[in-house]
Amino acid sequence: MIDAQGLQLVFPSQDGPVEALKDIDLTVSRGDFVSFIGPSGCGKTTLLRAIAGLEQPTGGTLTINGMSPDAARKSRAYGYVFQAAGLYPWRSIARNISLPLEIMGFSRAEQNRRVADALELVELGGFGRKYPWQLSGGMQQRASIARALAFDADILLMDEPFGALDEIVRDHLNEQLLELWKRTGKTIVFVTHSIPEAVFLSTRIVVMSPRPGRITQVIDSPLPRDRPLDIRDTPAFLDVAHQVRDGLRAEHAYD
Amino acid sequence: MRSILPVLTVVAALLALWYAAVVPMNIKAALTDAERAGMTVQPEGAAARRDLSAIQLVLDNPSVISATFQQARPRLPAPHQVVVELWNTTAGQKVTSKRSLIYHGWVTLSATLLGFAIGTIAGGLLAVGIVHNRAMDMSVMPWAIASQTIPILAIAPMIIVVLNSIGVQGLLPKAIISAYLSFFPVVVGMVKGLRSPEAGQLDLLKTYHASAGQSLWKLRLPASLPYLFASLKVAIAAALVGAIIGELPTGAVSGLGARLLAGSYYGQTVQIWAALFGAAIAAAGLVGLVGWIERLVLTRMGMAK
Repeated sequence: MIDAQGLQLVFPSQDGPVEALKDIDLTVSRGDFVSFIGPSGCGKTTLLRAIAGLEQPTGGTLTINGMSPDAARKSRAYGYVFQAAGLYPWRSIARNISLPLEIMGFSRAEQNRRVADALELVELGGFGRKYPWQLSGGMQQRASIARALAFDADILLMDEPFGALDEIVRDHLNEQLLELWKRTGKTIVFVTHSIPEAVFLSTRIVVMSPRPGRITQVIDSPLPRDRPLDIRDTPAFLDVAHQVRDGLRAEHAYD
Repeated sequence: MRSILPVLTVVAALLALWYAAVVPMNIKAALTDAERAGMTVQPEGAAARRDLSAIQLVLDNPSVISATFQQARPRLPAPHQVVVELWNTTAGQKVTSKRSLIYHGWVTLSATLLGFAIGTIAGGLLAVGIVHNRAMDMSVMPWAIASQTIPILAIAPMIIVVLNSIGVQGLLPKAIISAYLSFFPVVVGMVKGLRSPEAGQLDLLKTYHASAGQSLWKLRLPASLPYLFASLKVAIAAALVGAIIGELPTGAVSGLGARLLAGSYYGQTVQIWAALFGAAIAAAGLVGLVGWIERLVLTRMGMAK
């Protein structure tokens, strides 16, 4: 579904070129939940943006559904969720969610149907007429996920979507996200710097490291797809978390 | 309500300063009048008083002070004279009368509003072009800035002469001078406003493969409105100045500018000051109106601060 081979991305800067990504080999299959984890500056967001066609790789190959990232973006192959909800204050929640539908030229009736479906998916039914300022931060972020789901792309790219929320809200949203992933069967690529979040959500965890940004370890999670919140107290969960922590720590020793 | 006391204090202080200034400004003419009427003043004879300071004359002739507030053509009219003139030329006249300040105000106001509309539309279109086209970004802004460095008093007669030679007369030349002054703040504010959406917001639209037109209509324009309204307040006041200036070089017979001009021809200082205050009141009203619409629109859009 997503395939990167020897991917490289160099930003020009005033003190010489910066290697944001180096030798990235990664395959994401249909239905996977893949998390990128690593310290800031490790290129996890850059990699996600490259997949989305928002950054241009300077070397290697990257395909999404067999297409170039740009072609995939133009065929609206993915929904993207940013760290900030970025809802338009002048639009109601329903009208915010219909924004991509309007741009993509869906009929008014189809828009209404899809907005209602997306609101249900993120458990915001009945909030369509509210305005963003009337919603809590967590609800706003759910609305922004609904906006990314509304046009029913197969892939959902999420860039630290819960990074600005408190832990209780974050737990709740993680649970909801897993539920949503099971119901829709989407392929999700998720950027985070929280180890518990990555382990709880992912089928595969990609550990990354900075200078140059690269993948140091890919951990396939043995946890079942059905995950209640208290799975986090099981030995299997703690074992995966331990592996991730070791992977991250090894890189700090390397520094 | 708590702010009313400071406001009244400032107004009282300004009025006191004004009244205090009226006495020395008008004392020489008042002494001449008093002497003609047979009063004895210190010193006698206008020639003897010519080189004396006004303050000295006031101190020597306290009995003449009250006369300085009541002259027909004072050098500086007293506030109550201006108020009486304003009252007589608004409430005291039919609005269709040539002597009604409301009639003249409306003549100027209609040119102001037309010029403001032209300036706002032109400024908005230029801003959209500047934001979307690199060549326009590089080329239009310097000209827009240059246009504002030319004194409007110098260019206004030329605009009127050129337009007159191609048969354009009446309201439109004045409106164009208004537009000339009012488009600039709109361009500056709108460019800033259209560029105000954050990179993340534009990236989001990029992931939808939105066209430039869609980005403009759905994101940039709504996001620019707070900036636009700030500019419109400056623009509408500038438009009024433009309309008044547009009335000066033509020897116009109606409009606030014509009142100023006629007042200065005939030494009717009270009339000049009344027209000035009429213009100031009109400008305050227009800016207030724009502010009211701004609050209404931005509250409705959830963007009110």
